[in-house]
Amino acid sequence: MNVSYDFSGRTAFITGAGSGIGRASAIAFGAAGADVAVSDIAEPGGLETVELIRAAGGTAEFFQLDVADAAAIRRTVSAIVERFGRLDIAHNNAGVLPPPARFGDIAEADWRRVLDVNLDGVYHCVQAELGVMVPAGRGAIVNTASAAGLFVGYQQSAYTVSKHALIGLTRQAAVDHAKDGIRVNAICPGAVDTPFVPGPPPPKAIFDRLMLGVPAKRMASADEIAAAVLWLASDAASYVNGVALPVDAGLTILSAGSDFSDLDL
Amino acid sequence: MTDISYDFTGRTALVTGSGSGIGRATALALGAVGANVAVADISATAGAETVELIRAAGGTAEFFPVDVADFASVEAMVAAVVARFGGLDIAHNNAGVEGEHVPLGDIRTDDWKRVIDIDLNAVYYCIKAEVAVMAERGGGSIINTSSVSGLIAGYNLGAYTAAKHGVIGLTKSAAIDHAKDGIRVNAICPGLIDTPFIHELPQIALDRIMLGTPMSRLGQPGEIAKGVLWLASSGSSYVTGTALSIDGGTVALSAGTNFNDLDL
Repeated sequence: MNVSYDFSGRTAFITGAGSGIGRASAIAFGAAGADVAVSDIAEPGGLETVELIRAAGGTAEFFQLDVADAAAIRRTVSAIVERFGRLDIAHNNAGVLPPPARFGDIAEADWRRVLDVNLDGVYHCVQAELGVMVPAGRGAIVNTASAAGLFVGYQQSAYTVSKHALIGLTRQAAVDHAKDGIRVNAICPGAVDTPFVPGPPPPKAIFDRLMLGVPAKRMASADEIAAAVLWLASDAASYVNGVALPVDAGLTILSAGSDFSDLDL
Repeated sequence: MTDISYDFTGRTALVTGSGSGIGRATALALGAVGANVAVADISATAGAETVELIRAAGGTAEFFPVDVADFASVEAMVAAVVARFGGLDIAHNNAGVEGEHVPLGDIRTDDWKRVIDIDLNAVYYCIKAEVAVMAERGGGSIINTSSVSGLIAGYNLGAYTAAKHGVIGLTKSAAIDHAKDGIRVNAICPGLIDTPFIHELPQIALDRIMLGTPMSRLGQPGEIAKGVLWLASSGSSYVTGTALSIDGGTVALSAGTNFNDLDL
């Protein structure tokens, strides 16, 4: 990497930091000197992330949190401020992926759960974070949206809806709180090599079809997504506000049906 | 503010329109982090000044004259950069003009053509010449200066708006077609930037511009350069084909909803 950060003296709060993108982000903030508030609904994953940060010489603490519980979010943010004395950076990343379903077949329980976690969860997190950041006069918030916040895949159920709405939430928060010195942006990861999708890896035919939509023909590592989060959280992005930044190797700009490279024409 | 640092030692970066403004800020920033900077501009005087500023700060830079609207001139520039520094890793295609500020129907045909030539055709010429030498080296990063006018429209900026929208289309196409060559291509979309031109506007116009800017201030050229450096760095290794707004929130805002200054 030819870019590095120094977040010494700053506190970063990451939700869903027990695995995948959240863990990569937490580890990267820890390596850059931030005090890291690692939160996850699952204690084992969260504690493992904390251990990884500490083993690398960083400072981290675990805060168990179900982001579908608004009161728990407020308590967690208070606990973080009590522990570290401040909150400068928040990466609202926790999310769930519903089982595939055509729109007409989405089960109401799946719809509610996805919206509760992916959208309401971020709403409550941002409000609680603003409660600390606005009085401080500065702060950077990064929400994990998705390529599915910008375009639509088949049978993605309420996930696409929640991520589109999250981009709206991001822009609204950015506009309303710009004058408070807060920047709010979203990242839109494409295909990422994480255990977010449970179960065995997809068969090659499915993987190849997924990659038909990716000009670079590879998935991102979670670290490559975290790299974008760090930049948006840094002072280098001081005039960047209200954006939904794709980190997707071109996934959302490609008309994939135009790729004939594998066809014997 | 120093929470980020880069090391571009051994890399060569070309910046067009780097005799002033955003281009100069990018060239200085690249020079400060160790890149060999190819400063290109149509004005030799302005370009030489940027080179001197980079050298005075201990960096490596060389001036390359170019008229980006002329493909032969662009080809000669890229060839000269490769001859001087041994290759090309980063290119910031930034040179541009605004054109006349008149309603679309009143734009003179020759002014339309001049704006499209410099703001759109030239970016194509640059990319064409750059990908050829970058592909040989196994990859590179290209950053085109689009604008918030590449995403939304402002009054009396028709040719500029069309050209900057075109730059985003060009950026996407180049990103897709050259991903397999290891080349990333992205655009930056600056909002209103603090340049001498802006300060010639009456205060009432500046206030109106700020009505459309949630952060209520102009961007500094250095803040745009910071976006370019990140897109040039390995920190953005999975980012290609994007149009990154660096605009204080301008494109996210429907400015007519801002009643802050009204006595309601």
